[in-house]
Amino acid sequence: MTGFPILSLMLLVPLVGAVACLKASAPTARMIALVATLIDFALGVVLWSQYQIGGPQWQFTEHAAVFAGFSWKLGIDGIALMLIELSVFLMPVCIGASWTSIQTRVGEYMAAFLLMETLMIGVFTAQDLFLFYIFFEAGLIPMYLIIGVWGGADRIYASYKFFLYTLLGSVLMLIAMFWMVNNAGTSDIPTLMQYNFPVGAQKWLWLAFFASFAVKMPMWPVHTWLPDAHVQAPTAGSVILAGVLLKMGGYGFIRFSLPMFPDASVEFARLIFVLSMIAVVYTSLVALVQHDMKKLIAYSSVAHMAIVTVGLFAFNRQGLEGTMIVMLSHGLVAGALFLCVGIIYDRLHTREIDRYGGLAINMPRYALFFMVFTMASVGLPGTSGFVGEFLSLAGIWQSSTTVTLVCTTGIILGAGYMLYLYRRVIFGEQKHADTAAMPDLDMREFAMVIPLALVVLWMGIYPESFLAPMRNDIGALEARMAASRWKMANAGVHAQVKPARLAVAPSTKVGEAR
Amino acid sequence: MQILFIVFLPLLAAIVGGLGNKALGNLAVKTLTTGALFISCALSWPIFISFLSGHAEASVTPVLHWVSSGAMQFDWALRVDTLTAVMLVVVTSVSALVHLYSWGYMDEDPDQPRFFAYLSLFTFAMLMLVTADNLVQMFFGWEGVGLASYLLIGFWFRKPSANAAAQKAFVVNRVGDLGFMLGIFGTYWVFGTVSIPAILDAVPSVHGQMIHFLGHQWDTMTVLCILLFIGAMGKSAQLGLHTWLPDAMEGPTPVSALIHAATMVTAGVFMVCRLSPMFHASPTASTFVTFIGAATCLFAATVGTTQWDIKRVIAYSTCSQLGYMFFAAGVGAYGAAMFHLFTHAFFKALLFLGAGSVIHAMHHEQDMRYYGGLRKEIPLTFYAMTAGTLAITGVGIAGAFGFAGFYSKDAILEAAFASGSEMGRFAWGMGVFAALLTSFYSWRLVFLTFFGRPRWAQSEHIQHAVHDVHGHGDHAQDDHAHDDHSHGAHGHDAHGDGTAGYHPHESPLSMLIPLGLLSVGAIFAGWVFAPHFVGLEGAAEFWKGAVIVDKELIEASEHIGFWSLAPTIVMLTGLFVAWYAYIRNPRFPALFVEQFTVVHRFLYNKWYFDELYDLIFVRPAFWIGRQFWKLGDIGIIDRFGPNGAAWVVAQGSRAAVKLQSGYLYSYALVMLVGLVGAVSWVIAR
Repeated sequence: MTGFPILSLMLLVPLVGAVACLKASAPTARMIALVATLIDFALGVVLWSQYQIGGPQWQFTEHAAVFAGFSWKLGIDGIALMLIELSVFLMPVCIGASWTSIQTRVGEYMAAFLLMETLMIGVFTAQDLFLFYIFFEAGLIPMYLIIGVWGGADRIYASYKFFLYTLLGSVLMLIAMFWMVNNAGTSDIPTLMQYNFPVGAQKWLWLAFFASFAVKMPMWPVHTWLPDAHVQAPTAGSVILAGVLLKMGGYGFIRFSLPMFPDASVEFARLIFVLSMIAVVYTSLVALVQHDMKKLIAYSSVAHMAIVTVGLFAFNRQGLEGTMIVMLSHGLVAGALFLCVGIIYDRLHTREIDRYGGLAINMPRYALFFMVFTMASVGLPGTSGFVGEFLSLAGIWQSSTTVTLVCTTGIILGAGYMLYLYRRVIFGEQKHADTAAMPDLDMREFAMVIPLALVVLWMGIYPESFLAPMRNDIGALEARMAASRWKMANAGVHAQVKPARLAVAPSTKVGEAR
Repeated sequence: MQILFIVFLPLLAAIVGGLGNKALGNLAVKTLTTGALFISCALSWPIFISFLSGHAEASVTPVLHWVSSGAMQFDWALRVDTLTAVMLVVVTSVSALVHLYSWGYMDEDPDQPRFFAYLSLFTFAMLMLVTADNLVQMFFGWEGVGLASYLLIGFWFRKPSANAAAQKAFVVNRVGDLGFMLGIFGTYWVFGTVSIPAILDAVPSVHGQMIHFLGHQWDTMTVLCILLFIGAMGKSAQLGLHTWLPDAMEGPTPVSALIHAATMVTAGVFMVCRLSPMFHASPTASTFVTFIGAATCLFAATVGTTQWDIKRVIAYSTCSQLGYMFFAAGVGAYGAAMFHLFTHAFFKALLFLGAGSVIHAMHHEQDMRYYGGLRKEIPLTFYAMTAGTLAITGVGIAGAFGFAGFYSKDAILEAAFASGSEMGRFAWGMGVFAALLTSFYSWRLVFLTFFGRPRWAQSEHIQHAVHDVHGHGDHAQDDHAHDDHSHGAHGHDAHGDGTAGYHPHESPLSMLIPLGLLSVGAIFAGWVFAPHFVGLEGAAEFWKGAVIVDKELIEASEHIGFWSLAPTIVMLTGLFVAWYAYIRNPRFPALFVEQFTVVHRFLYNKWYFDELYDLIFVRPAFWIGRQFWKLGDIGIIDRFGPNGAAWVVAQGSRAAVKLQSGYLYSYALVMLVGLVGAVSWVIAR
């Protein structure tokens, strides 16, 4: 163990809070949860400030052998750091969002959230394959509980669907992990990221991991659990689901699939492109016809996550960095949009779009923030949504212009469904007396949306703060992928899978002439 | 240094005014935003004048680092060169005047701080666009003006038609943006940079190279230019992506003047001129630009001849004039394109603000069928509108004096003729015919509005005003909200003179001063600045390479002999026809319509573009969306996925029933078993 074990402390604080919450009365539980998440947030700020940009790849490492072969190994690189920051930033917001809307079994609810925070941070810090697996799978248990106990009317069906989808993936991933450890002789993630598995084996391993990550992402066609889960989850559940849990799929790809099975990733890029192209168009059109606000935003999440996958499998710097920004931005923006839905849901107890209208008249401040997040969602430059989308799509051009074209149509469709939502909810005449009587944002709600809006703008105007810590890690990944692409391009065996333009785009040839 | 103030003062005013709108109150926000704009304007003119006199050099002021991702690097920076200087004065001057004008026009609106904050926000975004040093910042401004336009079109957000128009504007623009974004991506991968000067320097190096795009090999520069131009088509409402502009007239009239006439819609022309070396390097793309410009210019003019709504006539006129600018750029006369942009900003803003003054006087009636005889009631507005009409129709005598449009439009038509290419001649023909129609619809507007006998009695807006003289203030807002009353169904006219006893009043000073100043621009802008923008000697010196100046083309266009008279001849013809049809023989239009019903209906319904798009894009999108949802997600994926799995499992074993009811614990159990397995395996190994 080197230095102060700040990562362990970040895992411990919410865990202690969770235990304390279980026995506490409702007001005390709320306070404990808020304090615990704020402490973790403060620790997150310390972590960021202490992180050395350009320093060693793995920082804040901790190592304690638990028993033979299985060890408590933590450590983060820039990518993990950013996702941890996202998690600790969203957590206090979630507690705030549950402050008044959760009235039953408050202690257990807060405990579930705090437990989830521990497990989420665990996912991003684990450096041991099995430790990762524990955090990764266990993190879903509090989420099942949150949906299943505090959810809406159809919560059982929703959490059942969630369960079925994830079960298959986890089993396959676990089997693959056994095989890997057996073959490589270690469960140390940084070592495995450098390890070269045989090309043939990589394909099976890649597919096994893909089964798990594709569901978490979620990618088309295994996305149908997401709208149901979102609709049934309480507001804070949706915020954390969209904000952090969906990022675990992307994190899985960037931490496991790409560096550990680079050759297979190059081979399967086409599959990813096809699924992502379908996802962008398909889910955007589905979002257009939704009557339920949460469903609409859930479907839009699937479309945004498709940009993440194409960016990842572009394998170049713009694609990978863009992907990370899309993930961070989507975490903030989709989280904020679910929060906005929750704010009016608390007042009227319906998510039916047609029940609202004319909110700009009695809730002008709410209308302003909703507009900021809507614009961030459609990727207006100056907001976080643009930077990531722009870089990812720019990156993909090198691999395939067709994929770029199809995925970029998302900016048209996205504007279509988001503005259509905004128009029906915020603009127009006040149709019902009860919507007209809804009060504008109160102080608690301001305290939640203002930080979100500020970070959205910060990431849009000066994304360097977020890109800098990740730069070297993404550079290393890019180099590894480039080697693999070169190798696969020259292998000849897989010529039919590897079209020339996937490896070396003709446009680069033109570029060389400059 | 002053460029920072020019650009960021409006932003500051927008933020302070917008966020503090309740706390500060109407007067403070109006003073703040208008003051900021006048300062920006006052700082802009010296920059423009220094470029006119040839003393200034291009400069770039860095503001903040933005993104670096590998070779994809771009900053927030403010570039000032001749092209920017021209846009600076256009944007800040028109914006400042529109701010001032809105004091009067929006006086009765309860939501003024929001309006002024949006106007200032728009101005900031437009300034970011014109000062961009890289394509991405240009895109930032591009989308920023789009947002402001969306907010302002939908300013009266209670009105469903305004909301629909706002959304349509945003989404249609996004179709163009798709092209723009792809253009930026392609440019980046070809040139390895998004910095505009670096790209323009490298243009010759890719001459004749091919690019792989959508499965085929194409000429690199042609692909990039056409993609970027698709962006320009969206923002500048060119044929195919023009449908949002007429609907955008739902916004308050000052917005139409600023955004949908003088500044934002010209952003596409600005972009093509900014990237003129790229377009110049691709004859195919330039031909495409010429064709679209020429087609738009004629299309919009034909529609403009049949509309009754005063703002829609001017909107189609704008669309048509933008077509002129594009085909000028297409034939290589970038200076002429920018010159027309410059003069057009003055006279079109003037026409819109004049129309606003008429609308204001006529109690928010916009249908010209209910105008008539206003010349005597609102004479100052009449003079201003006349100045604008003289400018747009291009009245003038070569070598002596002409109104603004005379110089710029003639420069464009002469360049198109002199370019010698087939497409150039085609554009010339379209342009001359459109000039005829321009003259006709512009004078038609003036004659219907200001001449003849009053026809106000039939107007519901006017009846409203007459019946509720005391409730004037309250009802102005009502009129905004209900635009779709059936007109004139129960018109009655006790006075028998067509006025229903209503007497329009001339607008307040805050509206007349902008009209006066813009009239000065409409009258003199062409005469004063022609030598600099398009002069044989002055142009190269003035532009200093900011746009490509083709000296041979300018030379040739001054020697096309008889053909240079064509615009003047058609202008007089149009005037004569309008005079005959609307003053001499007012029954003529009705007879004409009777005779050519099909043609009239086709034009009146704007060539049925909206209906067509609704049929092939909007409805199918919703239909397909529903199919994907109900059939795809629920009918197939869920049915054979999770629900199917549950069914199979339930049928398969009784144990699975437990799984269904106690899934959570089962899941934990599965995980636990797995973990125990993992751990024991690791130990045993």
